[in-house]
Order: sequence, then C-alpha cells, then structure tokens
Amino acid sequence: MSYVRGLRCRECGATYPVSPVSICPECFGPLEVDYNYDAMRQAISRFSIESGPATMWRYRSFLPIDGDRVIDLGTGFTPLIKADRLGKELGLKRLYVKNDAVNPTYSFKDRVVSVAVSKALEFGFDTVACASTGNLANSVAAHAARAGLKCYIFIPSDLELGKVLGTMIYEPNVITVRGSYDEVNRLSSEVADRYGWAFVNINLRTFYSEGSKTLAYETAEQLGWTLPGQYVSPIAGGSVLTKIAKGFGELLRLGLVQGREPKVFGAQATGCAPVARAFKSGADVITPVKPNTIAKSLAIGSPADGEYAIATVKRAGGYIDDVSDEEIVQGMRLLARTEGVFTETAGGVTVATLAKLAREGRLDPEEVTVVYITGNGLKTMEAVEGSLGQAPGAIAPKFEEFEGRIRALAVAPA
Amino acid sequence: MSCKVRIPAPLRRYTGDAAELHLDAATVGDLVKTIEAGHPGFAAKVLDDKGQLRRFINIYVNQEDIRFAGGLGTPLKDGDEVSIIPAIAGGDTSPAAPVDSPAWGR
Repeated sequence: MSYVRGLRCRECGATYPVSPVSICPECFGPLEVDYNYDAMRQAISRFSIESGPATMWRYRSFLPIDGDRVIDLGTGFTPLIKADRLGKELGLKRLYVKNDAVNPTYSFKDRVVSVAVSKALEFGFDTVACASTGNLANSVAAHAARAGLKCYIFIPSDLELGKVLGTMIYEPNVITVRGSYDEVNRLSSEVADRYGWAFVNINLRTFYSEGSKTLAYETAEQLGWTLPGQYVSPIAGGSVLTKIAKGFGELLRLGLVQGREPKVFGAQATGCAPVARAFKSGADVITPVKPNTIAKSLAIGSPADGEYAIATVKRAGGYIDDVSDEEIVQGMRLLARTEGVFTETAGGVTVATLAKLAREGRLDPEEVTVVYITGNGLKTMEAVEGSLGQAPGAIAPKFEEFEGRIRALAVAPA
Repeated sequence: MSCKVRIPAPLRRYTGDAAELHLDAATVGDLVKTIEAGHPGFAAKVLDDKGQLRRFINIYVNQEDIRFAGGLGTPLKDGDEVSIIPAIAGGDTSPAAPVDSPAWGR
C-alpha cells in the first residue's frame, strides 16, 4: 500500500486516477503523483525507515508503488563519502561525495528504473522500453531481465562501447538509431503512442522520476538526519536535480529533519548547456541546442524538465554553470586522484562544475556540501584514454631493471 | 500536393480518432488552421492564447524540430511528414519550500 491519492496536472491542476499516463489530456502539462502527506506524517518515522532494508526500498512509503512485487537488484543506500582531500583542493571544509556509481548497473538510473519496472508489473505490462543515452539502457535491460519482461531499448548509434555491451548482456531487443538522443526520444514517443509498452521515461515517467527522490532521503539519513547546506547535481533532462530538491522538501514537510532547504547548484557540459544558458541569461524558457560534448549521458539538447530545474534553483537559491570537455576530463581525474572514485563523464561535469563554483566563490566553504556522482567511469573509458598518457613499457623481471625504473620515475617531471 | 500529419493519442478526440491526416498547407501555422477548420477545438490545444506553440507541444517537420527551423512559419511542401508530439516532462518541482507551505502537497 502506498500513500498515493492519484495523479494531478502540475500546470492546470486537473486530477486523474493512477494510470500509465504522464501528460495531462487537457493541457499536456506533466502529471505528478499526489501523496497524502498527512497520513505519511502519522505513519513514517526515522525508526520505521531505519528498520527497512539497506537499499532505496527502505523509503518505499515515499514511492508510488502499490503492488506486492518490487523489482530490486539491491539499488541505493550507496556510500556518502566525506571528501576531505577533494575538499581541501577546492577550499570546501565539509564536502561529501554521494557515490551512486556503485549501484547494480553502475548509475543512479537504477533508482528510477526499479520504481518504473515495479510499476510496469503492477499495471500488467508485458514489455518495458526506454529511450536512453546508455545508463538508462543498462538499467532497464537488467531490471527487465530480473522481472522476466520483454524489453526494447532505443539508443543513439554513437554510444560508448561499454554502455552498448552493458545493455546487450541482458539480451533485450536493442534498436540502434542513427541520430541524437533527442531524435531517439522523439521516435520513442511516437512508438509509445502506438504500441502498448511501458516506456519507463515516457508513459511511466510520472512514477519513474520519483525514484530519484531517494538520493535526497539517503543523504539526509547518512548525515545523521540533517540536511546539507548546498548540493551540486548534474543536469541532463533536469529531472534528478528537481527530484533531489523534492526529496529534501518532503523530509522537511514530514518533520523527519529540521532546518532549511539546501541551496541547489546544477552542472552541464558547455557542449550541451541549454539549461545553464537559459539560467544565466535570465530566460524562463529553454532554447533547445544540438549537443556536442563527450558527456554523452548529459547530451540532451531539449531537456524535458529544464524549466523546472531553473525554477528549483531560483526558488532555493543557487546557480547553474557549465564546463568544457577538457575540464570534464580534469574533473574525472581530480575525483579519482583525491578520493579514489572513478566516475564517468557526467561525474566529471559535476566535479568540474563544483570546482568552478568553489573557485568563483558561489559556494559557502563552511556549509555541508554534497556532490552527486551519478555514473561509473568504467562505462566511458574512451574519455580518459587520451589524457592519461601511455602506460610505461614493461620491464624484465629483474631487480636491476626495477631500480632503473624507480630512478627514471624519480627524475621524471611530476 | 499534401503532407502527412501524425496526431498523438491525446489529440485524436479532435480528429475523429484519426492517427494520421493528409492535408495541404503552405506552412505549419496554416496546417494548424486547416486542421482546426475541419476539427474544431484542435488549434486551442496546440496553440496558446497568443497563437504561439504551447510549451508542452513539439512539432517536427521531417524529423526536424520546428523551433530549429522557422517555428509556425516553417514552410511545407508536398510529401513532408509532420509529427505533433507532446513534450514529456516529469514536472513536480514544487515541494521543498518552507515547512507546511500551503503551496504544495495539498
């Protein structure tokens, strides 16, 4: 049983019963889940949450799932690492890394997909599908395999090899499309319109996107039921940043934490920065762009929730910035070198933006700061291949050769 | 001379359940007017009060978003394919805000 009363249009307020529909039939605005927060306040306590499993499903009461069967690969409750070495480099005294690169399919997408595929089962679908830049593809294919559902994955043809193989291993039907993610997404919307499939990020989007809220719940619980002062999140479609804010807001509303809403900072790649650009120019409406960046998982030129992301940052206080491809690679290397976390290009965007925001004085160095790392570096090895240089040649298994190598390393420039 | 227009499910109640229409029009804007003439109520769902494309509606001519082309003035020619697709947003930024703010979670 959940605390869901129904669905409500965010734009016109019309209400609907729960069904696999994500847009308002009247005004085409997005539908959102309408929760009974009064009942939640009565029923949910820190203790009831702490008694749950060590996965995102300890927050099941906050999620729109009514069925008995939840498809859980063990997602969530990922490490929140105190990042003192990275913090020292950036001049941030209380910095934490939320490492969501260690989920079952190595990105935060397992959170949204676990909710969406569980919901698809509940609705009685026999096929799940998605349009993806790669991480979502991996996750949907894995969850479909575990659920025993048929699966169709739509991806652009230029994806990193790791993301393609990391999808195919689960044996879904992969539809590779010659075009950008935005074109793949448009095609998928047309397919969703004609086929009775559960597209997790189209007709199940209302439920799917709620899964990202668990990033906020976990952060607060892992900080001893307190809120960070500020956080940095990547922006692709704009959903995760807004859902993290929603998660913190719900904890405040339900009295599970005290304090103020954290400030919200968004990160984009300069080669695909429609949200950062609109934010900086003061525009409320996003002008779509054609992406050109190595951060393919963030390469959404027409971000569905971009305007909501801007509204969230304006309301909470904060900023949205963007960084170059070179800075992205430096960001990946910085996080690995200081904290031992290997993130993909999207995490490079987030870390490089964190560094830029700190450098420009936009972050309060005394506040608890959380940076959200949403994907794993093993998926985008191509990005760092060129920048790490050649591995030094092999030596013979002789002590003298080893000492020769040590001497050479000692004189080599750092 | 005619264009093929794909109508998404939420708009088909204005087109007698037709998922596809074949029509003549010089521009995308004219196309909307032509559909409206035969199917009253259609234009109000696609355009806002000022006659601009609604925020949650995307229109593509031969797979190209008309926002990258000439907007509603984008010209059409014989054989063009027009797709009308509602934007899919997750929405729902609202909450956060001060505790017990009446603005959200009603």
